[in-house]
Amino acid sequence: MTEDPIRPEESAGWFEGVAPGDAEAGAARIREGRADAPDDWPERAVAAGFADDEDDYYATLREATLTAAREAAAERERATDQQLVHAVRAMDDASSEANELAERVAEWAGSRYPDAGTGVDYARELAARDPESPTDERLISLAERVADLADESDALREFIERETPEVAPNLAAMAGPVLAARLISLAGGLDSLAKMPSGTVQVLGAEDSLFAHLRGRAPSPKHGVIFTHEFVRGTHPDERGSAARTLAGKLTIAARVDHYSGERKPELDEELQRRMDQIRGRHDASEAESGGGA
Amino acid sequence: MTDLSEDLPVGVERRSFDGEDRLATRGEPVYGEPTDEGWRCWDAGRSKLAAMVESGVDTGLAGGETVLYLGAASGTTVSHVADFAGPTYAVEFAPRPVRDLVGVAEDRRNLFPLLKDARKPDTYAHVVEAEVDAIVQDVATRGQARVAVENSRFLREDGRLLAAIKARSEDVTQDPENVFEEALADLRESYEVLETTRLEPYHDDHLGVVARPK
Repeated sequence: MTEDPIRPEESAGWFEGVAPGDAEAGAARIREGRADAPDDWPERAVAAGFADDEDDYYATLREATLTAAREAAAERERATDQQLVHAVRAMDDASSEANELAERVAEWAGSRYPDAGTGVDYARELAARDPESPTDERLISLAERVADLADESDALREFIERETPEVAPNLAAMAGPVLAARLISLAGGLDSLAKMPSGTVQVLGAEDSLFAHLRGRAPSPKHGVIFTHEFVRGTHPDERGSAARTLAGKLTIAARVDHYSGERKPELDEELQRRMDQIRGRHDASEAESGGGA
Repeated sequence: MTDLSEDLPVGVERRSFDGEDRLATRGEPVYGEPTDEGWRCWDAGRSKLAAMVESGVDTGLAGGETVLYLGAASGTTVSHVADFAGPTYAVEFAPRPVRDLVGVAEDRRNLFPLLKDARKPDTYAHVVEAEVDAIVQDVATRGQARVAVENSRFLREDGRLLAAIKARSEDVTQDPENVFEEALADLRESYEVLETTRLEPYHDDHLGVVARPK
């Protein structure tokens, strides 16, 4: 799992250098070791005095592989979806801080330069200038922070785009990596997302409107963060409710497959595409009908 | 199919479950499968290897083999393999199913779970022994033939590769027959293909392949 630049003893079995009773050390070697070619490990282990006989070897191997698999699985699971949750929240924080500071920069710059612009792009432009006065120095330095925060946000996005397909291949393929990571983040983890009914997934990120609705002050929200998906945003408003419901249903299935099996199932994307074509076709058909009647 | 003289591996039998003749192995139940006096129903609809046996493929398995199983997932099929085989190395790369696989292995003395990527055999060649009798492969990634070729280093001279090739894992847009032909061409790089069979009706768009190293 770790990239080991030094590869000593590529022809050694996992048990070599491990004390016979040390299951932890054996498990560590199973997880991190490697060899260019297999060998008759049972025989070599007996010859090396690691095991009394073949049965003893297999019993020890069993203990060590069980420990290694248990630890590696727990570590990978911990490592993956929770890291994405942190990354997506950090990306949002970095980007909203960048925007907020960019406003401050724009306001300050407006008081000094007639050509002052606004936003992160303007801050980047300003950051590239050479200061000519102590005031410029502060203002340009502040603009540099904006540019750095925006860069960090971009780097986090790239990280999310790279990592999400590893953690949730089906969800990432269907929702796009960033939306997939957002859903995992809003749910608090892939396992919580996998356990949610699809109606909840549909309105994840729309908690404010949902609670306003539950207090009886508003209509029920049709969609939460999944609104950013092309299938919802790109569908005619009349059919957006069904589009969001359908998308949420398929995303829920994708999250469950990712969590419980981890196997990539491209047929899930195809099904979604087919359903979306139907829904959009329905709207086009009713348009054509009313158009024809006019 | 009801031919009693058929060559099932020792440890695999036909038993009657709900009035139907089904494959069965003897071991601790794993996933709520029907059981009968210690025999667990081995469902061809859930297991591609069982579907191959059920389709009359000559797997060359006699029972007691040393097996390398690639793509063990939660351990459904590999639990049956470990019931009738000898030392069984089970490779699976996704952490979530490995948790279940560990549970299956806890009930079996001869099953060794490995959280490893089957596309990188050097990461487990220090654990899996040389000259295994059979490789059973059921990986759902692109490049399934590649995986079999890379892992041929573990197989003994007259050993058997028993692979289920899933067309949809390679290319969903292509006709399965074309996908299978390409996969077989890649396999022939290091294997002699002995028999192929479509796994319908048990598994759609899957090809069962029996091969031995060249």
